Amino acid sequence: MKKEKKPKDQNNLSKEFLAKLFKDMLKIRYFENKVVELYSNGTMPGLAHLYIGEEAVAVGVCSALREHDFVASTHRGHGHVIAQGADLNKMMAEILGKKTGYCKGKGGSMHIIDMKKGLLGANGIVAAGIPIATGAGYSAKYQKTDQVSVAFFGDAASNHGNFHESINMAAAWKLPVIYVCENNLYGISVDIRKVTNTENIADRACAYGIPGKIVDGNDVLAVYRTAQEAVKRARRGLGPTLIECKTYRWKGHHLADPGIVYRAEKERNEWLKKCPIKCFKEKLINEKMFSKEEIASFEKEIKMLIEEAADYAINSPLPEKSEAYDDVFFPTKKEEVYL
Amino acid sequence: MKEITYAQAISEAIDEEMQRDDHVFMLGEDIGIKGGNFGQTQGLYEKYGVWRIQDTPISENSFVGVALGAALTGLRPIVEIMYSDFLVIAGDQIFNQIAKIRYMSGGQAKVPLTLCTTIGMGRSTAAQHSQSLQAIVSHIPGLKVVMPSTAVEAKGLLKTAIRDDNPVIFFEHRMEFNQKYQVPEEEVLIPFGKANIVKEGNDITVVGIARQVINTLRVSEKLAQEGIDIEVIDLRTIVPMDKNTIINSVKKTGKLLIVDEGYERCGVAAEIGMDLIKDVFFDLDLPIERISSQNVPVPFSPILEEEVMPTEEKIYNRIKRMMEGQKENNG
Repeated sequence: MKKEKKPKDQNNLSKEFLAKLFKDMLKIRYFENKVVELYSNGTMPGLAHLYIGEEAVAVGVCSALREHDFVASTHRGHGHVIAQGADLNKMMAEILGKKTGYCKGKGGSMHIIDMKKGLLGANGIVAAGIPIATGAGYSAKYQKTDQVSVAFFGDAASNHGNFHESINMAAAWKLPVIYVCENNLYGISVDIRKVTNTENIADRACAYGIPGKIVDGNDVLAVYRTAQEAVKRARRGLGPTLIECKTYRWKGHHLADPGIVYRAEKERNEWLKKCPIKCFKEKLINEKMFSKEEIASFEKEIKMLIEEAADYAINSPLPEKSEAYDDVFFPTKKEEVYL
Repeated sequence: MKEITYAQAISEAIDEEMQRDDHVFMLGEDIGIKGGNFGQTQGLYEKYGVWRIQDTPISENSFVGVALGAALTGLRPIVEIMYSDFLVIAGDQIFNQIAKIRYMSGGQAKVPLTLCTTIGMGRSTAAQHSQSLQAIVSHIPGLKVVMPSTAVEAKGLLKTAIRDDNPVIFFEHRMEFNQKYQVPEEEVLIPFGKANIVKEGNDITVVGIARQVINTLRVSEKLAQEGIDIEVIDLRTIVPMDKNTIINSVKKTGKLLIVDEGYERCGVAAEIGMDLIKDVFFDLDLPIERISSQNVPVPFSPILEEEVMPTEEKIYNRIKRMMEGQKENNG
């Protein structure tokens, strides 16, 4: 087993760890700002679903994981894969449909996968990653590893059968799975409060006999601590936890949706004030963990990384047309013809 | 050789593969203490225990997703869905996830997953427990589709499916489970994409799918007494499809009939016919014909059910008519 460098509790978080949390959130924010730019100037085909405003959830949860744990993501998946250490160059190249992308240009923003890192895929279907993460948990338990598996999903997915069916199975079989609901209040345009009678998604945990935790999804340290507890429980064989992170998506559902008509300006402004990155930055400076200059150097460092990723992606070759026919099946015997 | 049922052949295939590889496990509906809805997992729960023969709640979409998650992370799941009618409940995981994750990931993901389910009319179980939905899964790129006929075929093809590193949909026929067959004592492994000429003949090529191979073989005996010598091909797998064996046969006989229990409209028979026509057009004495299920939901009452499904009588009559048609053409 790999020895963890990470500190044990909130009172003992190293500067190195805090800097990593901050930089990972910045990576997501700057990466997506770049995506907006590349979409707006016509460089990026298709669409992407932006995670801006929710960075503390992905970073807080993934910071409690080890490298070989499993993560199943969503259509709004950039944050999760960045937080779990995905290669920014390959991500950006994929989003631009390039041969050098994670999926050789076959997946795009909604299907970024890094199997080597245990990233089981962003997913174009709401709630579809929940059972997949549950299966990875089954696999870990079956193979007696101490890996855990995380399913990220939104508030809307919590009304999908997959949510109930999967948590029910994981609870019955005590699987090492952490179910992380990013409650950003809206399923595209539909206010969760109008289509759901339970006040908190986490309240549903009691129906499956598992712990349900509610946490401020814009507070990266709070998310980290809650996730850490759930991970510990899972590794000890005590089964799954449902964590509800209360947060907000700043942008529309996707790049082409301004996200304005269905949300009150007042509500949005309130949440903008609770920016997870700004709040954490102020905390780090106020508590004298880092100087303003150090923070500025982090920002500069990450901006550079994103510029490099964009340059890499823009300068990468497009796939050959013939590649459209590759990767349908794992290679088998020659006599088998499928296409 | 030994005499066992089709259900026993399936459970032997699973048993042998589970013994061979610890990563193989099974999950699904009523496979544990009950031993499978049709006895196809008899004795396995007692032998392998709950983690390798896992009964699931009736949550098709999610337990198929669980199987996918397990397949992506190093296991080789066999997942059981009681009837093919229930495949559609797991439609998202089968059509959008399992079939596509390898492609969407640019070849990173490997999905060694076998999904077993059942098809077939003949037991008066009406419109939601009798369908043969092989055409629907065959339509989706990324799935292999296997249609065994006899017990030997079921055993050999299922073992190949479990060893395949791709998702395989394996259709068992519910009227076959209790049928007894002679099965070799030694290991049986049947490759995909290789149709089987089960009876050679010169007058007409009949391609059968799953149980329709057996129905056609029975008909062939009666026809032989009347001097009609049919060639019977067991398609074995729809994806991959062995076109060459059929083409070569039609070049010899000049006539092709396809028998499949799925619905006629947009069915597998239509696909085979269209796929072959450019290769055999100038060798044909007659238009290609097909017998499939009628385009109505499967009715309950036996008299109605028999009306809409392929039967030995319908196969016999159609072949007779085709042979007479040839006479007329030549006359």
